Amino acid sequence: MRSLIDILDLSTAEIEELTVMAEDIIARPDAYAHRMAGKKLATLFFEPSTRTRMSFEAAMYDLGGNVISMASAGSSSAAKGESVADTVKTVSCYADIIAMRHPKEGAALVAAKNAGVPVINAGDGGHCHPTQTLADLLTIKREKGRFSNLVVGLCGDLKFGRTVHSLIQALARYEGVKFVLISPEELKVPSYVKRDVLARRGIPYEQTTDLLGVLPDLDILYMTRVQRERFFNEEDYLRLKDRYILTPEKLKAAREDLSIMHPLPRVNEISVAIDADPRACYFKQVKNGKFMRMALILKLMEEAGK
Amino acid sequence: MNIDSIRNGMVIDHISAGYGMKLYHLLGLDEQDVSVAIIKNVTSRKLGKKDIIKIDAEIPVNLDVIGYVDPGATVNIIKNGELVEKKNMALPTELHNVLRCKNPRCITSTEQELPHVFRLTDPERKIYRCAWCETKAE
Repeated sequence: MRSLIDILDLSTAEIEELTVMAEDIIARPDAYAHRMAGKKLATLFFEPSTRTRMSFEAAMYDLGGNVISMASAGSSSAAKGESVADTVKTVSCYADIIAMRHPKEGAALVAAKNAGVPVINAGDGGHCHPTQTLADLLTIKREKGRFSNLVVGLCGDLKFGRTVHSLIQALARYEGVKFVLISPEELKVPSYVKRDVLARRGIPYEQTTDLLGVLPDLDILYMTRVQRERFFNEEDYLRLKDRYILTPEKLKAAREDLSIMHPLPRVNEISVAIDADPRACYFKQVKNGKFMRMALILKLMEEAGK
Repeated sequence: MNIDSIRNGMVIDHISAGYGMKLYHLLGLDEQDVSVAIIKNVTSRKLGKKDIIKIDAEIPVNLDVIGYVDPGATVNIIKNGELVEKKNMALPTELHNVLRCKNPRCITSTEQELPHVFRLTDPERKIYRCAWCETKAE
């Protein structure tokens, strides 16, 4: 049974296939409106989430399918001590496909090994969040028309930001990509990502603390939030959270064809005044996320023979 | 120093000096009710010094543990006092319940029944990562 745990579970050919399908869904939504009629998606969210959960639910409804879910993690069987394996075995009896978010890293793989239906990882702690990366990739494809020959700036929390690590891994497979890693010293990209992904493949990258200095070079600026929940120490969070705030003033240094991305939710790292700037892509990213989730559901269901 | 030859069992030879006791514990030999000899700092032409473990009983031994601790070790299987098989160790590609994941956010930290599985991700640098959360083994 094919599941999606990590973005690298998908080959570049499959990413291409999904982006082509998502663009076709955007162009001809009616052709897909009943493709999942009579099928059920179970959303198992053991951790609070608004946008990812709603995106999956909207994706399944737009395919003509139905959604079942649990009210909240607190009221689920997990709160009674049930294992992930038992929960998904049970849910597999009701649903045709599962989207799961869990605070523990590796929980999605446990689910995939035990479920009788495909499992989509909707985030397992700080580990992987592949459908966010799919949303990012479709946005890059639609904004830039390519995945290769891009200068990609990643800014903010590059240490704990799982979306950043996944995006680096995904884009590192294309030709001519250069990364500019912009973060405070304390939140730099972990050395294993630099060594195992970037250095091993000979991919050029630059590390800096200075956003303004590198802004004119970028094709894409991927901003991230400093996540309070990843810190054990509140003081560290407060010290680092306002380090990078993108304002219209700073944006004057950027190119006209820059694409500003953000996995959302944002706190204050992108000024609201930038939302009206044509270079802002983050709400398009949200929309693209739903289309990629539709394409992914279709692909996994088709492979499962459903 | 004389240690009697064993009749049926296993001789773990060419253990890097100092690793004998570590292997003894990791293989759970301290919990076995069988004759075991640990010989430390034996002169070796190949290694200079080496450790040897002799187990005088046919008990199951997890060879992956030996390969992980000391891939240069050799395992000699003895039956009726004769050497019947010589095995060269190598770094195992996967380890089951040998190492424990130390990541407090790993699913294995809350679900006790899950096996602790580690995969060899970088043979050159001998790096193993948790199969669940991909955290590097310490």
